[in-house]
Amino acid sequence: MGSDVWVIADHAGGSPRRITLELLGKGRELADARGGRLVAVALGHPLDGLPRTLGEYGADAVLSVEHPHLRSYSTEAYTEVLSGIVRQRAPWLVMVPSTAWGRDCAPRLAARVGAGVVTDVEALWVQDGRLQARRPMYTRKVMGTVEYVGDGPHLAVVLPKVFAPAERREGRTADVEVVAVQVPEPRTRLVETRSLQRERVSLTEAEVVVSGGRGLRGPENFALLDALAAELGAAVGSSRPPVDSGWVPHDYEIGQTGKTVSPTVYIAVGISGAPQHLAGMSGSKYIVAINKDPNAPIFQVASLGVVGDLFQIVPKLTEEVRRLKAQG
Amino acid sequence: MDVVVCVKQVPDTEQPIRVRPDGGGVEEQGLNWILNYYDEHAVEEALRVREKHGGTVTVVCVGPARATEALRTALAMGADEAVHVQDPALDGADHLGVARVLAETIRQLRYDLVLCGRLATDDNASVVGPALAEYLGLPQATAISRLDISDGVAAVEREVEGGVEVLQVPLPAVFTVERTINEPRYPTLPGIMKAKRKEIRTLGLRDLGLEPGQVGAEAARVRYSRFDPPPRREAGRVVTPDSPEEGARLIAQFLQETAKVL
Repeated sequence: MGSDVWVIADHAGGSPRRITLELLGKGRELADARGGRLVAVALGHPLDGLPRTLGEYGADAVLSVEHPHLRSYSTEAYTEVLSGIVRQRAPWLVMVPSTAWGRDCAPRLAARVGAGVVTDVEALWVQDGRLQARRPMYTRKVMGTVEYVGDGPHLAVVLPKVFAPAERREGRTADVEVVAVQVPEPRTRLVETRSLQRERVSLTEAEVVVSGGRGLRGPENFALLDALAAELGAAVGSSRPPVDSGWVPHDYEIGQTGKTVSPTVYIAVGISGAPQHLAGMSGSKYIVAINKDPNAPIFQVASLGVVGDLFQIVPKLTEEVRRLKAQG
Repeated sequence: MDVVVCVKQVPDTEQPIRVRPDGGGVEEQGLNWILNYYDEHAVEEALRVREKHGGTVTVVCVGPARATEALRTALAMGADEAVHVQDPALDGADHLGVARVLAETIRQLRYDLVLCGRLATDDNASVVGPALAEYLGLPQATAISRLDISDGVAAVEREVEGGVEVLQVPLPAVFTVERTINEPRYPTLPGIMKAKRKEIRTLGLRDLGLEPGQVGAEAARVRYSRFDPPPRREAGRVVTPDSPEEGARLIAQFLQETAKVL
């Protein structure tokens, strides 16, 4: 079995998304430890300058696979292509981003090639020659350590914002290999992708997340969070009650039944801090909480907790942030 | 339209979950075992498909003896039949092993559609659904929030980053469901009474023509080596400011000086 570490690239418009850079950052370290190459795998149509850019971010080699059936993600086409090249080239580890397509594809790919797969990975390391992964379980009340059995290939579906992104160095180049593939027409047809225009900054990639809970009392008050988020360049999310009440759509939801986020700062506004919510955000570096109830459980995990009326504090905070930014 | 729903019994994670002192697992004593939350949505969707198109709903579970209760819950919601696969040789099986067992079980049933929950709230893996689709050789869609069936084709929607995908999938297919797909019904008292009398078919690996070496611990490609409580977050400070302005100033200062995001 081989020693190469592969990163399956998540990309848009010919550029790698942030999670791809995070995987390349961690992948570099693991490839060096294993004595293998770091290989980026790019699937799409067209790929434009993507393979070259992946080289600038530190990939030793890039497998470039272009085919009309890879224009958008398809379970069947991706599984067909990836299983073919994994079988042929036998990497040690395949890192897949935990995105909607990554979570859809990786288990199926694992089943096809007979590889061990671990999802929601937050740490990867080698101990006694064996690859280990750590992942949250039971509403993040438990951290499980998983050991991969055998020599690989091993599959890891990695959460965003847990590894530091690779740095770009212009002039650094990878060996780009164009891989010719046969891709049968998928049985499943993508009719359309309806864009949710409101998402200025992606929740899972944002440096700062401003999130609202039941304390906001109604959908109209999310405008307070939008205003603050606009000043901070932040994404807006919510706990579960606003989703269940129909104030915001489900793609806002952070927690056990929604998304997992790990921003630098998570600002919880009017969120009590139920375990099911903490499951989705307690990996944040800093947590700031605003709540009128001094006994709210959110204060037990907050780096800074402010007891008070969110309807008065949030607009003042927006002003204060604007003022500080103007000062430079 | 015959629908098979795969279900799992999980501990209620609303309650405290404690790691055993030896790190080898979680304390099982005192846990309240329930039908996995997302599987309730899968059962509900199957019942709605049956109501609209006729046919049957069969629930399938791979798990120890206690997992029968999860099947009873699904029967009480209205499922027609239940199959329980239990075998001591499945201790230590990984998700691919479980998916393989489910695939062999489902092959023995009549089905036009297979539904699973998006994930199980105990291990959050999301692996079994797509792996099952692979072993059955069927098309799949994961985390769907809408399902409409006509002329043997399913129109499904799934949330992706920044958008919603609309897919057309020929049946039979395997779908895993998101919680937004429906609001599950509560079992009625007559439903619960009826479910108690229903026979649950129990199968072992031998009945499925599988060997322990194919799907049990020996075949597992991953194994849990230890469990730990999550790292404790450092206790921060909680302040009650004299005015909203002071509260805002404290937070802005924190964002600038400590978090350095300004």
